[in-house]
Amino acid sequence: MDIIYTIWLRSMIRYIRSKSRIVGSISMPLFFLLFLGFGLNSVVRIPGLGENYIEFLIPGMVAMSVLFTSVFSGIQIIWDKQFGFLKETLVAPVTRMEIMLGQTFGGATTALIQGIIIMVISLFVGLKVQSVTGFFIALGFMVLIGISFTAFGIAIASRMEDMTGFQLIMNFVVFPIFGLSGALFPISSLPPWLAPVTMLDPLTYGVEGIRYGLTGVSQINPVLSFMVIGGFACIMTIIGAFLFRKISI
Amino acid sequence: MTYAIQVHDLTKKYGNLVAVNNISFGIMQGEIFGLLGPNGAGKTTTLSMLSTMQKPSSGTATVQGKDVEKNEDDVRKAIGIVFQDQSLDEELTAGENMNFHGRLYRIPPDERDKRIDDLLRLVELYDRKNDIVKTFSGGMRRRLEIARGLLHHPSVLFLDEPTLGLDPQTRNHLWQYIADLSKEKHITIILTTHYMEEADRLCDRIAIIDHGSIIALDTPQNLKNGIGGDIITIKTPDINTVSGVLSEPWIHRIETHNDEIRIYLRNAEQHISDIITTLNQENITVHSVSIHKPTLEDVFLSYTGKTIREQEIDGKEMMRMHMRMVRH
Repeated sequence: MDIIYTIWLRSMIRYIRSKSRIVGSISMPLFFLLFLGFGLNSVVRIPGLGENYIEFLIPGMVAMSVLFTSVFSGIQIIWDKQFGFLKETLVAPVTRMEIMLGQTFGGATTALIQGIIIMVISLFVGLKVQSVTGFFIALGFMVLIGISFTAFGIAIASRMEDMTGFQLIMNFVVFPIFGLSGALFPISSLPPWLAPVTMLDPLTYGVEGIRYGLTGVSQINPVLSFMVIGGFACIMTIIGAFLFRKISI
Repeated sequence: MTYAIQVHDLTKKYGNLVAVNNISFGIMQGEIFGLLGPNGAGKTTTLSMLSTMQKPSSGTATVQGKDVEKNEDDVRKAIGIVFQDQSLDEELTAGENMNFHGRLYRIPPDERDKRIDDLLRLVELYDRKNDIVKTFSGGMRRRLEIARGLLHHPSVLFLDEPTLGLDPQTRNHLWQYIADLSKEKHITIILTTHYMEEADRLCDRIAIIDHGSIIALDTPQNLKNGIGGDIITIKTPDINTVSGVLSEPWIHRIETHNDEIRIYLRNAEQHISDIITTLNQENITVHSVSIHKPTLEDVFLSYTGKTIREQEIDGKEMMRMHMRMVRH
């Protein structure tokens, strides 16, 4: 436990020092929120989910912020590999499982904080938190998304030599995961051939879970959402730990 | 005397490439032991196996009596490492880097803080404790890494090319640190280097390693004595005729290397005029003559037929070919 805490602590210190990173990763979901939100607010009507597109969009943007931050946190292990710091941890008398879990929790915490920042900003553009319970439900889902995708990033980083493949992963894996998740539109509005794909996207359940927590309505039963994203978090952690074990430097 | 490290028939293969070939040696407690050889000779691979970072293909190695494969964790607790490439977290301060290390090795908090301050004083970085490592020079980083490697009181310290890329002044400083360290703390130190001078000055014993094999192992003095006295180097266009005309009994051995003749003999100063006279009588043009006492460079040359620099270029070529093979 103390080792996991140590690695987590390092992630936190690095996070707090990287002001530009904090601002950088908030800007994207924030711009989405402002441009899409205000731009489409008057033209988009979502049946059964209130008349307000911004309110619909906010949980999606929170999830987006968590998703991108956590993938990036996981993939950062490549920097540690390249700058040599990973060796320092790998040669210490600690297990790789501890290192991997420390990284995962560190990444998830970072992502959670980023998500909360978006949530706080959203309060000024129309977010009305329904209840304290709802708020904590949303936080719970954010943690699960954070764990899932930090572990996902670690898994990818364990197989990558350098950052050159990063853009590829972002464009062809992470962005589709985001786009298909129902963060921007209700899944019921998709054509029948695309809807099943959305249901295969684990982030869909994360977004729906946050949406349930923040707005009180969702298209997927929150219990189902919890089970799917929770299960996905477990599986990704196992895969990430497995691949990280085999990392060689 | 007991052994700190024992290595038996250690081998590491990457596919067809044999990086370390069946090496055996023992390092005594408290000794400074050097692995000297060109880049790509297998020094770092040997160190990686001894520090449990890589599994041997065959053979065994023990550190403080613990097997590197079976008792990984015990070995890791017993050793401190300064890697060839920097392994500090540049975003953290010197103190934080040390603290992180102390936590990883589970040193209790009070003890940890005390040792961190002591060691930072030892490497003269105490007043930079709260500065971010990014602002440190190469020499400061190296010193910090050495301090960090000592934090958990290892009984064996691995230094992989400790002064690579440092300026001569910093290098001299570091050598002094390392020598003092070994004396004061009685730590066994194993270091790799391709600087002859470094090996000569620091090491109690040296293993010269080339193409994955140990080709010589002794004290620097014995290695140099083994060459057979001094060396006279003659540059001449008539390389092939020289060895024919010089047959005096006091000449130990004559070798040709590129466009030079190297004559190994004792008391070179006394005999040099005889040699020049003989060459003049035979009408052999002499461009230049020099005498020098044997260095480890000469030892390397006499064992491998190449200077360490030439060997390095070959090694790189081999590596490149290997990479190409792997890729296709």
